[in-house]
Amino acid sequence: MSAVAQLWRGVRFTLLLWFLTVVVITLPLLGLARLVAPDAASGSLIRRDGQVVGSRLIGQGFSSARYLQSRPAGAPNLAASNPELAARVAATARRWQSAGVAQPAAELLQDSASGVDPHISLAAARQQLPRLARERQLPLAELERLIPQHQEGPLGLQAIEPVVNVLRFNLALDRLATASTTPSPPVPARP
Amino acid sequence: MLPWLLAAVNLAAVVLTAPSLGRHLFEVFDGRPQPAWDRWLKPIETGLLRWIGDNGRSADSAIGYLLPLLISNALFGAVALTLLLVQPAWLNPLGFGGLRWDLALHTTFSFLTNTDQQHLVPEQSLGNLAQLGAMQFLMFVSAATGLAVGFAVIRGFSGRPIGNFHLDLLRALTRVLIPASLLLALFLLVSGVPMTLAPPLEITTLEGGQQLLPRGPIALFEAIKQLGENGGGFVSTNSAHPYENPTLLTNLVSTWAMLIIPAATIDAFGRFVGNRRQSNLLLALVFALLLIGTVVSMAAEQAGNPMLERWLSGGNLQGKELRFGAGLTGLWSVVTTGTMTGAVNGSIDAAMPLTILTALFNLFLQVVVGGQGTGIAYLLVYVLLAVFLTGLMVGRTPEFLGRKVEKAQVVWASLILLIHPLFVLIPAALTLAGGASLAGISNPGSHGISQVVYEYASAAANNGSGLEGLGDGTAWWNLTTSLSLLGGRFLPIAALLALADGFRRKPAIEPSPGTLRTDTGLFTGVTAVVLVILGALTFFPVLALGPIAEALTLAS
Repeated sequence: MSAVAQLWRGVRFTLLLWFLTVVVITLPLLGLARLVAPDAASGSLIRRDGQVVGSRLIGQGFSSARYLQSRPAGAPNLAASNPELAARVAATARRWQSAGVAQPAAELLQDSASGVDPHISLAAARQQLPRLARERQLPLAELERLIPQHQEGPLGLQAIEPVVNVLRFNLALDRLATASTTPSPPVPARP
Repeated sequence: MLPWLLAAVNLAAVVLTAPSLGRHLFEVFDGRPQPAWDRWLKPIETGLLRWIGDNGRSADSAIGYLLPLLISNALFGAVALTLLLVQPAWLNPLGFGGLRWDLALHTTFSFLTNTDQQHLVPEQSLGNLAQLGAMQFLMFVSAATGLAVGFAVIRGFSGRPIGNFHLDLLRALTRVLIPASLLLALFLLVSGVPMTLAPPLEITTLEGGQQLLPRGPIALFEAIKQLGENGGGFVSTNSAHPYENPTLLTNLVSTWAMLIIPAATIDAFGRFVGNRRQSNLLLALVFALLLIGTVVSMAAEQAGNPMLERWLSGGNLQGKELRFGAGLTGLWSVVTTGTMTGAVNGSIDAAMPLTILTALFNLFLQVVVGGQGTGIAYLLVYVLLAVFLTGLMVGRTPEFLGRKVEKAQVVWASLILLIHPLFVLIPAALTLAGGASLAGISNPGSHGISQVVYEYASAAANNGSGLEGLGDGTAWWNLTTSLSLLGGRFLPIAALLALADGFRRKPAIEPSPGTLRTDTGLFTGVTAVVLVILGALTFFPVLALGPIAEALTLAS
């Protein structure tokens, strides 16, 4: 077979496979996604007052003392033997100690891989409750109740150990604060 | 305890499901009747083949198979390269421009060779048209090319005609990769992986900061990424990102998905040669190697980093996600390097030295279950050499699968195994000689050597993972790794096809009392020794300079 014929056959083959693997299978799946899991398909978004404030799956950085804080991000590729890693961990540990946490949980000192790890361990959450109670002037017991409400894994197979979804916890914290500062209007009975 | 249990369940699930898929692969690639599939697909496949002007007959030489493979792969690459260089405004909501030429070239070669090494941040440089039309397209066709080659080689070893490339590629897609990817994509979707053409969302966080939610048509992308041993992320943090790998369950299923096709291909080999004892022993061999790596890596990660003992205890969570934990991230790094997937669910750069050692060992061997189609091919090369060595030792003419192993086979096999170290060690030596700034090393000491060697080993093995602190976005890295990508893919493919086609032309001989059986535990053990000596000792000096030296530093 001539070279031109071979090439022409290759061109047709390429077009065919491009159409098959890019258009033919992707479009129906996009449609199906909107039918079976519209929420997940569009990113598991969380809305507050109609505004998208985040995604259930994606962590956010928190620096304010009024919020539960997530894992550090930014230097996930420091090697185990790199002295910078030890220095970074030491500095983070000192920051936690000055904020009143003597023995911060291990994941609060080590960077997440994605930079947006949505979780911290139950221990890491409990360590921060006294600070939150002080800053928000809320009873500790009320905050403690939030932890099991926003726990994920291990039973649902979201995570290998019981963890707290930091963003969901903080949203609940904000709701709690608004509820306790502004007297809530009487709830109209639904018809 | 839980990580070990989950890891055991995960690997057991692969072993238990591999025979079913193995039988399916055997039926697909041996052209056996499959009534349920044939009814719908056969008219379509025949029609499409006719449309491209192919009669579907087997090639009568290795060249007859290789030529259409090279032509179509060149054209696949040209389509992707064009899309990356131009990036039209369509389906490109953030308006990304075309990539710099060397980056576009590297990205194209990387995905074309089933490697998916990424020197770019996809969510900051690729619109959906490029993600789908270039990346997803290449992930499907490169995986299918690998499968096609794997089964052409199996056919040669089993004495069958080598096959028809267009038919193999088409069927690899219509009967294996597309249906499997659609199923996996559906599972991922209901588990939380986005699947939308809506643009990435810029949001204001609770504290008033800006965050980009990189959503897109990820579920299908993710499915072929894992099943096809591709490994290229929709976002740069790959399977560590919650949009690609949202839960522990998706992590376990993704780990299974990386292993299942190469494991089933080995099973299918046994069906082709009518000796499942042979394939089961080979499976046992590669799973034993996988298991050793798993124990080493998981134990190392769970033991944690002694340098950090003053501040914390427990496993090494640096560069890891809490939902997977230290142990299962260790398991993933073994599986992703053993299967040539290269997807990562945590930073291998921040892993313990023994994990990096295991990963490099896997990249050097290329058979710890192995890549899509190519894994079984490399494994057969090692078996051929083990047959030759044992034949020499006992003084008999070496035979394998009823054919004599002679000079031509040994020459081809040796050449195939030499390609890999050539494309790893020479460029790594040049780069290291050029100094740290050329190399872009980000971690000091012996770890820096690992970073450079790993990048070329990953490219030449068509894996794609990396010690990602490395500053690899330069023209030097893009162009030199491009050579390793192409050399590590197409030279072995050509040589493997020639080896297999030559082998099938040799006269079949009846087994005699003097025949050395290859389906025994003893012979499998010898193969393991050959594997480790030939595959790993070539690279021992760099292992000693890199991860072994780092491990000793940490221990002291």
